[in-house]
Amino acid sequence: MASIKMRAKTTDGVTTVKVLISHPMDTGLQKDKKTGKKIPAHFIQEVVCKHKDTTVMTANWGAAVSKNPYLSFKFKGAAAGDKINISWVDNKGEKDSAEAAIK
Amino acid sequence: MTSMKRRIFLKGSLATGAVGMAVGTGLLTPRISLAAWSKAAFEATDVTGGAAALFGSSSMDKSDKIKIKAPDIAENGAVVPVSVTTSIDGVSSISIFADKNATPLTADFQLGPGTEGYVSTRIKMGKTANVIAVVKAGDKLYSSSKEVKVTIGGCGG
Repeated sequence: MASIKMRAKTTDGVTTVKVLISHPMDTGLQKDKKTGKKIPAHFIQEVVCKHKDTTVMTANWGAAVSKNPYLSFKFKGAAAGDKINISWVDNKGEKDSAEAAIK
Repeated sequence: MTSMKRRIFLKGSLATGAVGMAVGTGLLTPRISLAAWSKAAFEATDVTGGAAALFGSSSMDKSDKIKIKAPDIAENGAVVPVSVTTSIDGVSSISIFADKNATPLTADFQLGPGTEGYVSTRIKMGKTANVIAVVKAGDKLYSSSKEVKVTIGGCGG
């Protein structure tokens, strides 16, 4: 699965990470227009970002994060060429992860 | 002898049958437990309740060291870009609330020690509301808010 697109770049010691995940992020409130039935909630609950073995950021999300979520953050202490790892888990237990090298 | 073998065979098939059933019904499937994901906080129906469930306290100080970047008017409530930047020292988490949503807590970012006080994401907003950013630094909570006018809601429909 390739649900994660990620870019990381270091400038002046600060690494900016940008992540785009493809996920429906259904709130559980929306109705299917054809059947009139509610679409069950299906959203990412946790996104973990690791640089080497340190967790740089953990995001806990509710259903109100937009469809195909975008996330960006900055951290210090990484060098160009280091690997950065992102993984997510949703409320149905589905998960995915990706790794990229910092530019 | 043949009867003994048959007995063993029967026992074996019974045992595997039971295990197979347990797996099939989900008794043995590993449950993924999210230690940090607070169900109570994400299901709270107001900001105070959400903050209380998330931080154990809902008393927070207004701070001008938190900058929320969000549009004044969002044409589409399903995609509202929000960035939170803070210059407060020792930030351990940044949380985003949209106070008129059915469940206001939208996202909670736990930051590592080397992580800067900055997050950017896109959220859904049901209607015109205040976007509230709550920053936790040390044991204290700081907040800031910005009103975003929504012309088309993004929850339900």
